[in-house]
Amino acid sequence: MHKYSIRPVVAALMSAVLVVACGKEAPAPKAEAPKAPEVLTVKIGSASPLTGPQAHIGIDIRNGVQLAIEDANATNVEIGGNKVKFELVSEDDEANPTKATTVAQKLVDAKVAGVVGHFNSGASIPASKIYSDAGIPQISPSSTNPKYTEQGFKTTFRVVAHDGQQGPTLARFAAKTLQAKSVAVIDDSTAYGQGLADNFEATAKSLGIKIVAREQTTDKDTDFKAILTKIKGKKPDLIMFGGIDPQAAPMIKQMKDLGIKARFIGGDGMQTPNFIKLAGDASDGAMASIPGLPKDQMPGGKTFLDQYKAKFNQEVELYAPMGYDAVMVLIDAMKRAGSADPAKFLPEVGKTRYDGVIGPIAFDEKGDLKNGPITIYVVKSGKWEPLETVKPEADAGNAPAATPAPTPEAAKK
Amino acid sequence: MDIFAQQLINGLVLGSIYALVALGYTMVYGILGLINFAHGDITMIGALVALTIVQALAAAGMPAPVVLVVAGGGAMMVCAALGLSIERVAYRPLRRAPRLAPLITAIGVSILLQYSAALIWGKQYIAMPKLLEPAAIDIAGAQLTTLQLAIFLLACAIMAALLWFIKASRMGRAMRATEQNPDVAGLMGVNTNTVIAFTFVLGSAIGAIAGLMIILYYGIGHYFMGFMLGLKAFTAAVLGGIGNVGGAVLGGLLLGVIESLASGYIGDLSGGLLGSNYRDIFAFLVLVLVLVLRPSGLLGQHSGDRA
Repeated sequence: MHKYSIRPVVAALMSAVLVVACGKEAPAPKAEAPKAPEVLTVKIGSASPLTGPQAHIGIDIRNGVQLAIEDANATNVEIGGNKVKFELVSEDDEANPTKATTVAQKLVDAKVAGVVGHFNSGASIPASKIYSDAGIPQISPSSTNPKYTEQGFKTTFRVVAHDGQQGPTLARFAAKTLQAKSVAVIDDSTAYGQGLADNFEATAKSLGIKIVAREQTTDKDTDFKAILTKIKGKKPDLIMFGGIDPQAAPMIKQMKDLGIKARFIGGDGMQTPNFIKLAGDASDGAMASIPGLPKDQMPGGKTFLDQYKAKFNQEVELYAPMGYDAVMVLIDAMKRAGSADPAKFLPEVGKTRYDGVIGPIAFDEKGDLKNGPITIYVVKSGKWEPLETVKPEADAGNAPAATPAPTPEAAKK
Repeated sequence: MDIFAQQLINGLVLGSIYALVALGYTMVYGILGLINFAHGDITMIGALVALTIVQALAAAGMPAPVVLVVAGGGAMMVCAALGLSIERVAYRPLRRAPRLAPLITAIGVSILLQYSAALIWGKQYIAMPKLLEPAAIDIAGAQLTTLQLAIFLLACAIMAALLWFIKASRMGRAMRATEQNPDVAGLMGVNTNTVIAFTFVLGSAIGAIAGLMIILYYGIGHYFMGFMLGLKAFTAAVLGGIGNVGGAVLGGLLLGVIESLASGYIGDLSGGLLGSNYRDIFAFLVLVLVLVLRPSGLLGQHSGDRA
């Protein structure tokens, strides 16, 4: 009994081993043949805050990057005739400038071909030196401080409009859409507020808008009655404020108290829910800009939002589309250069002409997004609603200068 | 002309708030010779307490006048208690100490109040729920809201009542006696401790009303709002002659008007060299000039060792 029974078992085992061995061996030559000489692994770095109070935005960016890498891998990208597999190296900079440099060094040591990040300007700027020294391209999806690209590095890029483009955009919007003839400009004497107001004023003047008053307050004041009274005497069509919400809110309230009919416009510092909370009913009709398109109006927005939701089971927070496009820009440059070596494809990044989720992407000589869209929002019944999207350097030849304007009547009001 | 009238209105309303806060500085200084630097922050506490009460009651759907009276009353009580305990704990033990000691203590109390408020209310700006719907009155092309008018009239009424109280009431006489010479007043049967404590209570309660006015007027509360306000009110008190109640009123109104006119016209007068954010420099310049020409302030009397 024993003798007989063991034989088939052994036989079965033997054959099983054989089958397994065959299964292993059979496809191996097929896979190895292209791999050894051709399939290349290219690492893409992603750096953003993944912990702490800004984690939701940082994770959003990382998800965008991950999605782009998966999409690229699914299309079997070839670079210089070689098949390429992309790999995500994700790091957490904790929105901390010091940690950002550590993370940057880690990514450089991991030999990433390019980096998408960081989220905060305060992190992107110190980290950019490290990427620049290593010759690795860095594309920030979200850092808007003009200084980021003004350091003379060839490796810094961004796919979002910077603060210096907001002022001129607001001015163009004032001239074209609002048909403002005279504007009073107020700023809060900070680097951000004054810079924004100066940029606005220069462009507004060049467009023939009359600057009837240029006033300054501080970022601690809450009484603007004297300034506003003076402005009231000049009867401007529009009041532009460079500053943030704790000043913008009482300012618009006091405008209404004084019976000033002019409209009120500002930058992203006041495009916050807090502004509406502090100003209450007075906030109605106030306008403010923020870099980027509203996410549902991005050219690839609908598809992207659906894809993102299906994959991560949550809504896009803010900058995931920019993170996605940043990866695609890097891959696109690699394809054109025929190499994944940063030294070879870096010059191609600057020459990018790419239609991304957020729209057409091209960089100027500093690495800033050309024609980066800026969206103007208006407060309507207690909510910020997109009013119009403007390209910073939109000229007559550029047909879709002002894309969807869903509420044109709001602009006239 | 309508612009000038508007600036004047803005200045008088702002000035009447300054004057109310300045009263607290000047009364304490008159009696103790102490600059109570915490007074601006007591006003801040009054404003935030009133704001919290308004938030709670307005959410409960109470009518606006009731909410205002309760908020004002609550803020006055909290501030009066605060003023009383600060005097008892921080200043009374130091009454015979060198003058620098209570001054430093006052700055310490000010910082303590600020950061206690930051702990309680957080460091965010707090929004005031919409409570009143002030109507605008047109005066020669200038807009005067009913709220501005109410603030100005209430401030004037409080100041007049205070002047009368100090002049005519028994406690007022005791206050004046203590101001002249605490020791002699004590010998004459005045309980100087009670008088001094009462002065703190009165000044703090008036500060609470000023706090309520500020949140009604500007609609925003913040734990740091008392700092600059205190500095301005102190300036107003010095401008009018510190220690003199009528002087605080005059100084407050004057400072408000100067500030308003300065921000309105400084740019044009200096040919665009100075922006309206230089109005504080202008206000303090006036202060320096007054002190150089009249060291004891506009209405201040020469009181030898005190001024």
